[in-house]
Amino acid sequence: MTFEANGARYETDKDGYLVNLGDWSAEVAEAMAGADGCEMSDAHWEVIHFLREYYAQYETAPAVRVLVKAIGRRLGKEKGNTKYLYELFPYGPAKQASKYAGLPKPTGCI
Amino acid sequence: MSKAQNTGAVKKFLYINRRAPHGSNYAQEGLEMAMVGAAFEQEVAIAFIDDGVFQLKRGQNPAGAGLKNFTAAFGALGDHDIRDIFVERESLEARGLRAEDLLQLVFEDENGKRAEKSAVQIVGGDELAEIIARQDVLLNF
Repeated sequence: MTFEANGARYETDKDGYLVNLGDWSAEVAEAMAGADGCEMSDAHWEVIHFLREYYAQYETAPAVRVLVKAIGRRLGKEKGNTKYLYELFPYGPAKQASKYAGLPKPTGCI
Repeated sequence: MSKAQNTGAVKKFLYINRRAPHGSNYAQEGLEMAMVGAAFEQEVAIAFIDDGVFQLKRGQNPAGAGLKNFTAAFGALGDHDIRDIFVERESLEARGLRAEDLLQLVFEDENGKRAEKSAVQIVGGDELAEIIARQDVLLNF
Protein backbone atom coordinates (compact mmCIF):
# COMPACT_ATOMS: atom_id res chain seq x y z
CA MET A 1 0.00 0.00 0.00
CA THR A 2 1.01 3.61 -0.40
CA PHE A 3 0.00 6.91 1.14
CA GLU A 4 0.07 10.14 -0.82
CA ALA A 5 0.97 13.46 0.79
CA ASN A 6 1.97 16.74 -0.86
CA GLY A 7 2.53 15.11 -4.21
CA ALA A 8 4.83 12.36 -2.87
CA ARG A 9 4.01 8.66 -2.39
CA TYR A 10 5.07 6.75 0.72
CA GLU A 11 5.07 3.00 1.20
CA THR A 12 2.85 1.78 4.05
CA ASP A 13 1.83 -1.59 5.49
CA LYS A 14 -1.73 -2.91 5.22
CA ASP A 15 -2.79 -0.90 8.29
CA GLY A 16 -1.41 2.37 6.96
CA TYR A 17 1.82 2.55 9.01
CA LEU A 18 4.89 3.91 7.22
CA VAL A 19 7.26 1.12 6.14
CA ASN A 20 10.36 3.37 6.18
CA LEU A 21 10.78 5.34 9.39
CA GLY A 22 12.92 7.85 7.47
CA ASP A 23 9.90 8.88 5.35
CA TRP A 24 8.32 10.65 8.30
CA SER A 25 7.95 14.41 8.46
CA ALA A 26 5.55 16.76 10.22
CA GLU A 27 3.80 17.26 6.88
CA VAL A 28 3.25 13.50 6.47
CA ALA A 29 1.83 13.37 10.01
CA GLU A 30 -0.55 16.25 9.22
CA ALA A 31 -1.65 14.58 6.00
CA MET A 32 -2.28 11.22 7.71
CA ALA A 33 -4.31 12.91 10.44
CA GLY A 34 -6.21 14.93 7.85
CA ALA A 35 -7.13 11.77 5.96
CA ASP A 36 -8.66 10.45 9.22
CA GLY A 37 -10.51 13.74 9.81
CA CYS A 38 -8.31 14.57 12.81
CA GLU A 39 -7.03 18.12 13.26
CA MET A 40 -3.65 18.21 14.98
CA SER A 41 -3.32 20.48 18.02
CA ASP A 42 -0.34 21.14 20.32
CA ALA A 43 -1.69 18.42 22.60
CA HIS A 44 -1.60 15.93 19.71
CA TRP A 45 1.95 16.97 18.82
CA GLU A 46 3.09 16.51 22.41
CA VAL A 47 2.02 12.86 22.28
CA ILE A 48 3.54 12.37 18.80
CA HIS A 49 6.89 13.78 19.94
CA PHE A 50 6.75 11.73 23.13
CA LEU A 51 6.25 8.57 21.05
CA ARG A 52 9.08 9.41 18.67
CA GLU A 53 11.48 9.99 21.57
CA TYR A 54 10.29 6.78 23.24
CA TYR A 55 10.95 4.85 20.03
CA ALA A 56 14.37 6.46 19.54
CA GLN A 57 15.36 5.31 23.02
CA TYR A 58 13.79 1.84 23.21
CA GLU A 59 13.20 0.92 19.53
CA THR A 60 9.70 -0.25 20.37
CA ALA A 61 6.31 1.46 20.14
CA PRO A 62 4.40 1.09 23.43
CA ALA A 63 0.98 -0.59 23.69
CA VAL A 64 -1.81 1.64 24.98
CA ARG A 65 -1.63 0.68 28.64
CA VAL A 66 2.13 1.20 28.64
CA LEU A 67 1.80 4.51 26.81
CA VAL A 68 -0.68 5.80 29.39
CA LYS A 69 1.68 4.94 32.25
CA ALA A 70 4.78 6.30 30.57
CA ILE A 71 3.03 9.59 29.74
CA GLY A 72 1.78 9.85 33.31
CA ARG A 73 5.30 9.45 34.61
CA ARG A 74 6.99 11.85 32.22
CA LEU A 75 4.38 14.46 31.19
CA GLY A 76 2.24 14.49 34.33
CA LYS A 77 -0.68 12.56 35.79
CA GLU A 78 -3.35 14.82 34.21
CA LYS A 79 -2.18 13.57 30.80
CA GLY A 80 -1.45 9.99 31.81
CA ASN A 81 -5.01 8.73 31.66
CA THR A 82 -7.02 6.94 29.00
CA LYS A 83 -9.78 9.57 28.87
CA TYR A 84 -7.39 12.40 27.95
CA LEU A 85 -5.57 10.29 25.36
CA TYR A 86 -8.73 8.81 23.80
CA GLU A 87 -10.17 12.31 23.40
CA LEU A 88 -7.09 13.21 21.36
CA PHE A 89 -6.90 9.91 19.48
CA PRO A 90 -10.34 8.28 19.40
CA TYR A 91 -9.17 5.33 17.26
CA GLY A 92 -6.88 4.22 20.10
CA PRO A 93 -4.04 6.41 21.36
CA ALA A 94 -1.21 3.92 20.83
CA LYS A 95 -2.35 2.78 17.40
CA GLN A 96 -3.43 6.13 15.97
CA ALA A 97 -0.66 8.29 17.44
CA SER A 98 2.04 5.75 16.47
CA LYS A 99 0.76 5.87 12.91
CA TYR A 100 1.00 9.67 12.72
CA ALA A 101 4.41 9.46 14.45
CA GLY A 102 5.68 7.26 11.62
CA LEU A 103 6.34 4.29 13.91
CA PRO A 104 5.44 0.61 13.41
CA LYS A 105 2.22 -0.72 14.89
CA PRO A 106 2.72 -1.05 18.66
CA THR A 107 3.73 -4.39 20.19
CA GLY A 108 0.80 -6.10 21.87
CA CYS A 109 -1.86 -3.88 20.36
CA ILE A 110 -5.24 -5.49 20.01
CA MET B 1 6.49 -26.87 28.57
CA SER B 2 3.90 -25.15 30.73
CA LYS B 3 2.02 -26.01 33.84
CA ALA B 4 -1.13 -23.95 34.10
CA GLN B 5 -3.09 -23.86 37.33
CA ASN B 6 -6.46 -22.35 37.93
CA THR B 7 -5.56 -19.25 39.95
CA GLY B 8 -8.11 -16.78 38.59
CA ALA B 9 -7.66 -14.10 35.93
CA VAL B 10 -4.07 -13.12 36.71
CA LYS B 11 -1.38 -15.75 36.35
CA LYS B 12 2.31 -15.74 37.08
CA PHE B 13 4.19 -16.02 33.78
CA LEU B 14 7.91 -16.69 33.57
CA TYR B 15 9.57 -16.22 30.19
CA ILE B 16 12.78 -18.24 30.09
CA ASN B 17 15.40 -17.12 27.60
CA ARG B 18 18.12 -19.62 26.75
CA ARG B 19 19.59 -18.39 23.47
CA ALA B 20 22.11 -15.75 22.39
CA PRO B 21 20.44 -12.51 21.23
CA HIS B 22 21.07 -12.15 17.51
CA GLY B 23 21.60 -15.58 15.91
CA SER B 24 17.87 -16.35 15.76
CA ASN B 25 14.54 -14.59 16.37
CA TYR B 26 13.90 -16.35 19.68
CA ALA B 27 15.28 -13.59 21.89
CA GLN B 28 13.35 -10.77 20.23
CA GLU B 29 10.14 -12.81 20.02
CA GLY B 30 10.50 -13.79 23.69
CA LEU B 31 10.86 -10.16 24.73
CA GLU B 32 7.84 -9.10 22.66
CA MET B 33 5.78 -11.98 24.08
CA ALA B 34 6.70 -10.91 27.61
CA MET B 35 5.55 -7.36 26.82
CA VAL B 36 2.29 -8.67 25.36
CA GLY B 37 1.74 -10.74 28.51
CA ALA B 38 2.26 -7.65 30.63
CA ALA B 39 -0.06 -5.60 28.39
CA PHE B 40 -2.75 -8.18 29.22
CA GLU B 41 -2.12 -7.41 32.90
CA GLN B 42 -0.52 -10.73 33.77
CA GLU B 43 2.23 -10.97 36.38
CA VAL B 44 5.33 -11.29 34.23
CA ALA B 45 8.91 -12.17 35.13
CA ILE B 46 11.83 -12.97 32.82
CA ALA B 47 14.75 -15.34 33.40
CA PHE B 48 18.01 -15.64 31.48
CA ILE B 49 19.95 -18.90 31.54
CA ASP B 50 22.57 -20.62 29.35
CA ASP B 51 23.48 -18.42 26.32
CA GLY B 52 20.41 -16.31 27.12
CA VAL B 53 22.55 -14.29 29.56
CA PHE B 54 24.24 -12.68 26.52
CA GLN B 55 20.93 -10.92 25.77
CA LEU B 56 21.53 -8.56 28.69
CA LYS B 57 25.15 -7.80 27.74
CA ARG B 58 25.49 -4.04 27.61
CA GLY B 59 26.82 -2.04 24.65
CA GLN B 60 25.47 -4.21 21.85
CA ASN B 61 25.52 -2.88 18.32
CA PRO B 62 24.34 -5.44 15.76
CA ALA B 63 23.90 -2.80 13.01
CA GLY B 64 26.98 -4.19 11.23
CA ALA B 65 25.08 -7.45 10.75
CA GLY B 66 22.11 -5.51 9.36
CA LEU B 67 20.06 -6.08 12.52
CA LYS B 68 18.05 -3.78 14.74
CA ASN B 69 19.28 -3.56 18.34
CA PHE B 70 16.09 -4.91 19.90
CA THR B 71 17.83 -5.13 23.29
CA ALA B 72 17.15 -1.37 23.64
CA ALA B 73 13.59 -2.45 24.47
CA PHE B 74 14.78 -4.05 27.73
CA GLY B 75 14.86 -0.46 29.02
CA ALA B 76 11.08 -0.27 28.49
CA LEU B 77 10.29 -3.25 30.74
CA GLY B 78 9.70 -0.94 33.71
CA ASP B 79 6.91 0.81 31.81
CA HIS B 80 5.37 -2.65 31.37
CA ASP B 81 5.60 -3.26 35.13
CA ILE B 82 8.02 -6.12 34.54
CA ARG B 83 10.39 -5.69 37.46
CA ASP B 84 11.51 -9.26 38.12
CA ILE B 85 14.43 -10.04 35.85
CA PHE B 86 16.52 -13.03 36.90
CA VAL B 87 19.93 -14.08 35.60
CA GLU B 88 21.40 -17.44 36.55
CA ARG B 89 24.79 -16.94 38.23
CA GLU B 90 26.30 -20.20 36.98
CA SER B 91 25.48 -19.41 33.33
CA LEU B 92 26.98 -15.94 33.72
CA GLU B 93 30.21 -17.21 35.29
CA ALA B 94 30.62 -20.02 32.74
CA ARG B 95 30.69 -17.34 30.03
CA GLY B 96 33.17 -15.08 31.78
CA LEU B 97 30.55 -12.37 32.42
CA ARG B 98 30.09 -10.33 35.58
CA ALA B 99 27.17 -8.30 36.90
CA GLU B 100 28.79 -5.07 35.67
CA ASP B 101 28.81 -6.40 32.08
CA LEU B 102 25.00 -6.42 32.06
CA LEU B 103 22.49 -3.68 31.27
CA GLN B 104 21.46 -1.67 34.32
CA LEU B 105 17.67 -1.64 34.24
CA VAL B 106 16.69 1.17 36.59
CA PHE B 107 12.99 1.95 36.46
CA GLU B 108 10.79 4.86 37.44
CA ASP B 109 7.98 4.61 39.97
CA GLU B 110 4.50 6.15 39.49
CA ASN B 111 5.85 9.65 40.16
CA GLY B 112 8.68 9.44 37.66
CA LYS B 113 11.28 8.92 40.39
CA ARG B 114 14.05 6.51 39.43
CA ALA B 115 14.89 3.52 41.59
CA GLU B 116 18.47 3.32 42.84
CA LYS B 117 19.07 -0.35 42.13
CA SER B 118 18.92 -2.29 38.87
CA ALA B 119 15.96 -4.65 38.53
CA VAL B 120 18.33 -7.36 37.27
CA GLN B 121 18.77 -9.99 39.98
CA ILE B 122 21.55 -12.56 39.77
CA VAL B 123 20.41 -15.80 41.38
CA GLY B 124 21.93 -19.26 41.77
CA GLY B 125 20.50 -22.27 39.95
CA ASP B 126 18.89 -23.57 43.16
CA GLU B 127 17.08 -20.30 43.79
CA LEU B 128 15.98 -20.12 40.15
CA ALA B 129 14.52 -23.62 40.46
CA GLU B 130 12.40 -22.36 43.38
CA ILE B 131 11.31 -19.31 41.37
CA ILE B 132 10.31 -21.59 38.48
CA ALA B 133 8.33 -23.81 40.85
CA ARG B 134 6.24 -20.79 41.95
CA GLN B 135 5.00 -19.93 38.42
CA ASP B 136 1.68 -20.78 36.78
CA VAL B 137 2.96 -20.65 33.21
CA LEU B 138 6.47 -21.22 31.83
CA LEU B 139 7.40 -20.15 28.30
CA ASN B 140 10.75 -21.12 26.81
CA PHE B 141 12.53 -19.12 24.11
